Amino acid sequence: MSGRYGLILSVLSFVFGTLAFVAVADGAEAIRIGVAGPLSGSYAAFGEQLWRGAEQAAKDINAAGGIHGRTIELIKADDACEPKQAVNVAHRLVDAEHVKAVIGHFCSSSTIPASVVYTEAGILGITPASTNPKVTERNLPTFFRTCGRDDQQGGAGAEFIVNHLKAKRVAVVHDKDTYGQGLADAMKARLHGLGVREVLYEGLTRGEKDFNALVTKIKSQLADVVYFGGLHAEAGVLVRQMREQGLQAPLISGDGIVSQEFVASAGGPRFVEGVFMTFGRDARKIYGGRHVVEAFRKVGYEPEGYTLYSYATLQAIAAAMRATRSEQGDVLAKWLHANTVETVMGPKAWDAKGDLKVTDYVMYRWTPDGKYQEVE
Amino acid sequence: MNGYIVGQQVINGLVLGAIYGLIAVGYTMVYGIMGMINFAHGDIYMISAYLAAIFLALLTGAGVQSVPVALVLVLALTILFTAFYGWTVERVAYRPLRNSNRLAPLISAIGVSLILQNYVRISQGARNQGIPALIEGHVRVNAADGVTIGQVTYTQILIVSAALLSMGALAWIMRHTTLGRSCRATQQDRVMAELLGINTDHIIATVFIMGAAMAAVAGLLVTLNYGSFDFFIGFVVGIKAFTAAVLGGIGSLPGAMLGGVILGLCESLFSGFVNTDYKDVFAFAVLILVLVVRPSGLLGHPEVEKV
Repeated sequence: MSGRYGLILSVLSFVFGTLAFVAVADGAEAIRIGVAGPLSGSYAAFGEQLWRGAEQAAKDINAAGGIHGRTIELIKADDACEPKQAVNVAHRLVDAEHVKAVIGHFCSSSTIPASVVYTEAGILGITPASTNPKVTERNLPTFFRTCGRDDQQGGAGAEFIVNHLKAKRVAVVHDKDTYGQGLADAMKARLHGLGVREVLYEGLTRGEKDFNALVTKIKSQLADVVYFGGLHAEAGVLVRQMREQGLQAPLISGDGIVSQEFVASAGGPRFVEGVFMTFGRDARKIYGGRHVVEAFRKVGYEPEGYTLYSYATLQAIAAAMRATRSEQGDVLAKWLHANTVETVMGPKAWDAKGDLKVTDYVMYRWTPDGKYQEVE
Repeated sequence: MNGYIVGQQVINGLVLGAIYGLIAVGYTMVYGIMGMINFAHGDIYMISAYLAAIFLALLTGAGVQSVPVALVLVLALTILFTAFYGWTVERVAYRPLRNSNRLAPLISAIGVSLILQNYVRISQGARNQGIPALIEGHVRVNAADGVTIGQVTYTQILIVSAALLSMGALAWIMRHTTLGRSCRATQQDRVMAELLGINTDHIIATVFIMGAAMAAVAGLLVTLNYGSFDFFIGFVVGIKAFTAAVLGGIGSLPGAMLGGVILGLCESLFSGFVNTDYKDVFAFAVLILVLVVRPSGLLGHPEVEKV
């Protein structure tokens, strides 16, 4: 019996194997590119930003004739913002999906281990959103980013605190994660450089909902500004509990809260009003990207946060592939190091590490209607 | 270190402790009667938070203007539906395994926990959900000499009083009603209780329903207090509440509440006066110390080998 089943199985697998082979040969036209980020979990809103941006870019590039006639096919990968899962999906993208380039990941703690997988496989990886300095500080020749670095972002935050808010007593809180603590540390370093020392430096736990004890402590230190390095889920709860305890000091955070879900986590726009955040210059206002922004709005999606960064990332990958007629990571990387790409966010060029040559952190303020606006 | 900070941190700790205690009751009751740990209990609490938000939205949509009326209705509906979930979990995942190896229901519980989390993730989405603040305002607590030693929001007062009330009601049921007597009999010796005509399957189902009802109270209160939740909140709180149950003596109802309050106070005082980063380390160090001195927890009875 088992012998016969074995025979049938091997015949079947041979047939299907051939079919699969034919399918691959037939579809060799499409260029597969992975999009990795937190598509589930508390930070899924950011994964959606990356996916939406890349999806729209692929649609536009394909409609304009693709890359020398070949279309782009995007492959989703969900890392849930967890380092372990990030490495798993990175291997899946490389070994099972055979992608030629990767857009992602979102959380620095995921990007750092996953980028090693891509580099070892010799494929190009560009993160639209991971700002931790370590992402590009490890001599990975084929890894880039299309966003700023936390040493720049933290510096911008510290300068705002000292020069604009004239704060003397700064409380620094972080979420003990690579991104959050890295950002808080960068801010703190610049703060010291400006001659201000923090009155408190503490880490809270991601996933918890009760920071009342910490808020009371901040209050007792008479802090006039609270800086938070972390993501929106905790930032929302923190700012709400600050206000409920009557602590009116402004909260300042970074690009980890640039999502409408920050408002939901706080339980209403009333609590987020007046919160400051550092983020790149609003890409939605750059003239060249106007038609893209309108395309998003037409389908009822506001391209907030990192959506356009992700769009620009795919444009950069496509430009490199078009110019070099290659899909090899090192060839593409060499081209990106040497050339400027015209993107939806304006021209972008990279230095030897893979960081952007020009970054533009500005300060935003959350308004009473639950949106954010650049501080003039 | 002035009185205000100490007072405020004690209030913070009591509120947190009341929530832990309410959830810990569910762990401790099930353990008391079946000798198993219901790891899905944290997720029952998570579901109750979603139910509370859904009913709140429905009632607001239906035009209920008065906040107290809406809250009472939401509380009743949430308890009802969460209790149904608790009953279903017991019926589907634990009753078929009643006479099997002790580890089997434990694995089943972990499975149920994963199923519930993903069921909510798929049906409600993975995003953070939030509700607006319903109850506004706070009162100041003054010491005898008129110095303010803390501030309590009305929601926090509601949490502590609801916790005390529902714990009191539960204790009364266990002590003074036929149902309570049957529960205690089943807890002491299930076979003997059955021989004496108690439907133990029925009693166990009731215990699951009561545990879920307490989790529902916690779910509604937490939703009101913190305003946001996602499908994963059951995990962290579940672990903490389970710790509280062990600290107070698993199987003991007052122990669960005491354990919750001690854990809440440990966390908030350590966080307030030493360091927030290591508050969990401190809380678990206290747990270990207590277990070294009293292996069955603060109010637990040493397990007697049944012959």
